[in-house]
Amino acid sequence: MTATTRSGSVPAHAPNTADFERLATYPHVVVSWIDDAGFPVSVATSFEADASAGTILLAPPAGMPIPTDREVGVLGSHIHPTKGGYDERRYLQAWGRFDGTKTLVPHRFWGWDETEVPFFEYSERSVPQSRRYLAALSVEKGRTIRPRLAPFWLALRTTRLPFLSATAVPVLLGIAVAASHGAFSWWTALLTVIGASFAHLAINVTNDIFDTLSGADEANTTPTQFSGGSRVAIYDLVGIGGLTRLALALFAAAGLVGLLLVAVTGSLILLWIGMAGIAVGVAYTAPPLKLVYRGLGELAVALGFGPIMLLGAYVVQTGQLAWEPAVLSVVPGILVALILFVNEIPDRRSDAEAGKRTLPVRFAPGAVRAGYLVAALVAFAVIAAGVGGGILPWPTLIALAAVPLAFKIHAGLKVHYDSPYTLMAVMGANVNLNLVVGALLLLAYLAALFLAPLA
Amino acid sequence: MGWLPDPVERLLDVALVGELTVVGRNGRPITHPLIPLYHDGLVYLHSSTLFSKKLEHIKRDPRVALAITDPVATKGNPDRATIQGRARLIEDDPHTDWERVILGLWRRKEPLIDDFLKVRVALPLFFERAVIEITPERCLYWADGLTDRAPTETRAPRPVVAA
Repeated sequence: MTATTRSGSVPAHAPNTADFERLATYPHVVVSWIDDAGFPVSVATSFEADASAGTILLAPPAGMPIPTDREVGVLGSHIHPTKGGYDERRYLQAWGRFDGTKTLVPHRFWGWDETEVPFFEYSERSVPQSRRYLAALSVEKGRTIRPRLAPFWLALRTTRLPFLSATAVPVLLGIAVAASHGAFSWWTALLTVIGASFAHLAINVTNDIFDTLSGADEANTTPTQFSGGSRVAIYDLVGIGGLTRLALALFAAAGLVGLLLVAVTGSLILLWIGMAGIAVGVAYTAPPLKLVYRGLGELAVALGFGPIMLLGAYVVQTGQLAWEPAVLSVVPGILVALILFVNEIPDRRSDAEAGKRTLPVRFAPGAVRAGYLVAALVAFAVIAAGVGGGILPWPTLIALAAVPLAFKIHAGLKVHYDSPYTLMAVMGANVNLNLVVGALLLLAYLAALFLAPLA
Repeated sequence: MGWLPDPVERLLDVALVGELTVVGRNGRPITHPLIPLYHDGLVYLHSSTLFSKKLEHIKRDPRVALAITDPVATKGNPDRATIQGRARLIEDDPHTDWERVILGLWRRKEPLIDDFLKVRVALPLFFERAVIEITPERCLYWADGLTDRAPTETRAPRPVVAA
């Protein structure tokens, strides 16, 4: 249609040929003006849009002379009824002066077509309008009126709780490797899962705080369920102060659980691993390092969700480091980093605008896609090499069954790279790749546990 | 009970979209396609705070017109009508007022809305809404939608005091 703005669908603009061509696709128009009593009045009529003359020819409605001394609006509108609703929403409005016979010369057009600006993007572009309206309403009513969500949903959205699956995989694998080495305590295992989850949620919230303050989330008008942050601060569901208190509380909870585990295990290695985890998590978005802004986000995530989580969980159970969990940690490290990598693709334009130079911002689509496939195959190669080298048990080879899923995601990236909303299915599959590989590896370790006595 | 002619009430009962025209800044007519609802002689429209410029216009000038013009949106009913009236905003609590006032009517006309409500967490601001309640004062009706013929005009039976 024309360039879009962040404050609405398509801004009012001077007429162009495309506007007339678009208007001509509507079967009728609604002509409106303000009558002498000050009421709007509107009437449907047939019309012709003449792009070359820059005019709209209206069939004058009977008994309702269109005034010539004031502005007249002309609207084309379309929906397609569906079972239980409707879709294909679009409308286009023109304003101009009527010449008293049949010609209207428009000087402004404005409209929306959901095939060009999807509804979710239209909504995101309109968030500033919602904030302005609610701020004015608050003044008018003499009390603060803010958007709300039910507490459970607000907590889920604010912490991005579903992403905890990324923590579950390395932590459970670390525990499983330790168990296969004969070390397992259910309650320290449970505490490890809880502590790691607190740390992950704290980092999620911290990430939101800094992405909101930097303007990266605000600039993003095509967020999805996998990308663009929680947006609770953008939507004014939670203020930055509330997010900060929540992040501190979650970090404190993670720290307390971590210190308890250090006390129980007496392992200084665990203390160092925990401190490294918190440091990497905070440095991910917080100044001065802002690793993700420098294209180092994937490395930070690979470290955090690979060696730090998996080795940390292993050390809790065994009190020592070992090669097997270290090698295995490369796998979830890479796969979780690839979740971030793919989720950054739809955000790349707004990230670039906010100075967040992620890898998809830095590299061309072809290089990003190739990078994805190479990294995913490296993760699988580590498993094969680990088994070949006698470090990983042979049942872990079952995880190679997920290789076709990596190729499918790679193919999906090619098709949907430029469409944030259709890319969502690919992003979902990519999250599942980590879960599938993690589940297969866990299954392999369970199998190894049960097969060991038979060997 | 309403005074609108039966054919117009029938249009309001089925229309998936009507065109609401409000008085914009500098007296310009601004028209928004919206789903119209009808109950007890009052016309209800509603708007997310995301798309709330129309609400600001109504606050400045409550005089509005709603046209029902599209047979595709009226299950093939070719009739057309325009209702002029004054609008009142119900917006004390944009989180819940609309559910109390119009959700039942909305659900009857657009059952799919329940699917969206189930994922309210994904669209939190879409469900912060204000209700536009229109008290009709004048109605223009075109049988078979033929606007090359003068409309049948009906007015509210008694003067309506603005809210």
